[in-house]
Amino acid sequence: MIVLGLVLVAILYGSIVNLQITTALLASAIRHSTPLVLGAMCGLICERSGIVNIGIEGQMLFSAFIGFLANVYTGNLFISVLIALLAGALLGLLMAFMSVTLRTNQIIGGTVINILALGLTGYFYTAGLRTQGKLGPIPLGPLADIPLIGPVLFNNPPITYATILLVFIVNFVLFRTAWGLRTRAVGEHPRAADTVGIDVYKMQYVNTILAGAMAGLAGAFLTLEAVGSFERGMTNGRGFVALAVMIFGKWSPLGAWGAALLFGFTTAVQTQLQFAGQVQIPHQFIGMLPYLMTIIVLAGFVGRSRPPAAEGEPYTKE
Amino acid sequence: MDDGLVLEVRNITKRFPGVLANNQVNFSLYKGEIHALLGENGAGKSTLMNVIYGLYSPDEGEILLDSRSSDGLKPVEIRTPHDAIRHGIGMVHQHFMLVPVFTVTENIILGDEITRGIALDLNTARENIRRVSQEYGLDVDPDAIVEELPVGIQQRVEIVKALYRNAKILVLDEPTAVLTPQEVEDLFRIVHQLTERGVSIIFITHKLKEVLAIADRITVMRRGEVVGTTTPQETGEQGLAAMMVGREVLLRVEKGPAKPGEVVLDVKNLSVADDQGHMTVRDVTFQVRAGEILGIAGVQGNGQTELAEGLTGLRAIKSGEIQLNGKVVPAVNPRTLVEEGMAHVPEDRHKHGLVLEHTIADNMVLNTYYQEPFANGLRRNPEAIEKNAQQLVKEFDVRTPGYLVAASTLSGGNQQKVIVAREFSRPIHLLIANQPTRGLDVGSIEYIHRQIVAKRDKGTGVLLISAELDEITSLSDRIAVMYHGQIVAVVDPETTTREELGLLMAGAQLETAIPAGGAAPDNVLHS
Repeated sequence: MIVLGLVLVAILYGSIVNLQITTALLASAIRHSTPLVLGAMCGLICERSGIVNIGIEGQMLFSAFIGFLANVYTGNLFISVLIALLAGALLGLLMAFMSVTLRTNQIIGGTVINILALGLTGYFYTAGLRTQGKLGPIPLGPLADIPLIGPVLFNNPPITYATILLVFIVNFVLFRTAWGLRTRAVGEHPRAADTVGIDVYKMQYVNTILAGAMAGLAGAFLTLEAVGSFERGMTNGRGFVALAVMIFGKWSPLGAWGAALLFGFTTAVQTQLQFAGQVQIPHQFIGMLPYLMTIIVLAGFVGRSRPPAAEGEPYTKE
Repeated sequence: MDDGLVLEVRNITKRFPGVLANNQVNFSLYKGEIHALLGENGAGKSTLMNVIYGLYSPDEGEILLDSRSSDGLKPVEIRTPHDAIRHGIGMVHQHFMLVPVFTVTENIILGDEITRGIALDLNTARENIRRVSQEYGLDVDPDAIVEELPVGIQQRVEIVKALYRNAKILVLDEPTAVLTPQEVEDLFRIVHQLTERGVSIIFITHKLKEVLAIADRITVMRRGEVVGTTTPQETGEQGLAAMMVGREVLLRVEKGPAKPGEVVLDVKNLSVADDQGHMTVRDVTFQVRAGEILGIAGVQGNGQTELAEGLTGLRAIKSGEIQLNGKVVPAVNPRTLVEEGMAHVPEDRHKHGLVLEHTIADNMVLNTYYQEPFANGLRRNPEAIEKNAQQLVKEFDVRTPGYLVAASTLSGGNQQKVIVAREFSRPIHLLIANQPTRGLDVGSIEYIHRQIVAKRDKGTGVLLISAELDEITSLSDRIAVMYHGQIVAVVDPETTTREELGLLMAGAQLETAIPAGGAAPDNVLHS
């Protein structure tokens, strides 16, 4: 809360001093937060159903690459996004298969996905592939003309809009529907769910696959909306920061969104500082900011929030 | 009760690899009846109930249920718990099937949700729950978070959960294991209210007193078979125990008066925290003398586990002092304690008592393996280890095909005998026995109780921690009652009634709580 208050004061102060820079900063914060909140939602949907997924990084990277290839060969951005979603879902299926059916240790399962994605994308990527552009911003009519808020919130590319919408949808599904109630029950006490006739394995499979698609959308964001091309290891630890975001947000989509915006803001400030070049600090230190933030947040807040009780333990029927 | 049968189980046979868990079992239940299913652990009670509840499918036999048409019972197939629920069977498991962080409402509707559109309709659900709980006289707050409720109320939530799904047959699996005596009385009252409203109850237990107090009929199982069906009027504790075990058993431990000697364990202002950092043992002071048994009574989870771990060096203490034989025991070091003559029968024999994968012989030298004659310097001496095992297996009557088989292959009772053999065969001054007979059959309980009394008579100080009130009252020379991490009273078992103990265990303060006799001033602490 204190952090949020400080950020708000800073924004207000900033918009008085220099509206242009503040607007750019906030727009950049939203942009940076998008893959984080998607990754965090992937993580929390899995963990709420009892699966610890540390393979978000790999799922993101793999779908970013597949989405990129689809863009190169089909030239249709919409189809490319769909294919990236499928790629993420596919790795979600792999995660579910390993942790539910094979009962592999889930940390190892996630590591397998990370290494697999790094290896596959690194091996098959060839430099010089030409893409057919990227998703551009869609201004939402007159809303986009409101000063400060307009350009920040109502003049974004489609995946960013979709993400904000998804935050609310996932939040609703998780806390207000039967499916969400069952999901949370499976993550907390799978045997209790089983004894009232809930198919624990089905819940875990479906949720892990859907979560994979979320990571897939994050990947699509990177190659099809933010950058427009692919480079090796371009997720750059975002999948892991997403895990921190998930924990900071207490395993709730709205919380994760807030946390992701904070991280996105830190990243934006960092970029801005480097760009402005007025601060006499080596740029490596400024570049550290978001990661430093991760460490501080994890060290300071993990103890106080409680993860789903049954996460990480494969469920065995009697 | 004469409204006719609602459930009949015919010739159920269920095999597991190497075990015949149910052999040609027959069982029947009348409308509004309380039918107790009595038997030791491993007798096949749970298997039978899991078959009825659809968790196991039987290899042979059939289940017949009231088909709601008037012409009696019809065979049905129950493949999943869902089928069982559909046929009006509800089950309250020994370990509650409740999600701790959910509200009562969320737990009850789980799997059977009411929705409006795609959203949950919690308001209607809440109303329905109120209606069901009023109809059966079961008071629960639909908005309470389950983990914040006392265990007795959680159990009530489980019962409402079954009734909400229109259960007409309710299976209660060891329902009294986690309750205080007062909560047990509440439960019995509830059970009678349910039967008056036409619900039939299958009451699974291994406690003889309860069966006689509540059941209309009693079916006893032993080794997967039904030994017989009787009624409380036709039989008594002795008769039931004999049916359960297959021979006459001694229910009351025979022991003479204690002859307390020197103080062996002196605990002053001990505080211990659990894994989450909560102070679960708070400022506890007591003494154990040579040749006496001090029983620690209390409902599970009132700090007994941490107390035992703190005393045996398995958990760092936060403050206070522990003296063993007049010497201050320093930090966490179980080996020093073992060498000082402390024996420990741990609460969880699988986790802390045995290395299950190791042989019985190795388990029997688990804390002395490095000493002569089991080791010569760095080298083990297998001959001495095996000779020791051979001797102990005989002496402590461990039923095993050999002493070189893994401890995991033994039954619970025999595993416990291995631990008892290891701990009791050493020269010891102090024995800390935490739940020494949990989950054991009547025969093994009898044996272990006799061994504990024999140790006492040889001058060992015994600290007995148990949640079984019967065990505490029949063995202890003094009883300390633990509640919320504190010893709230030390009482004399001869002059204290079960009801008084029950009240103390539930946190009530008794003005009549008297310090037990003995040379040392005992502490009557009020929280």
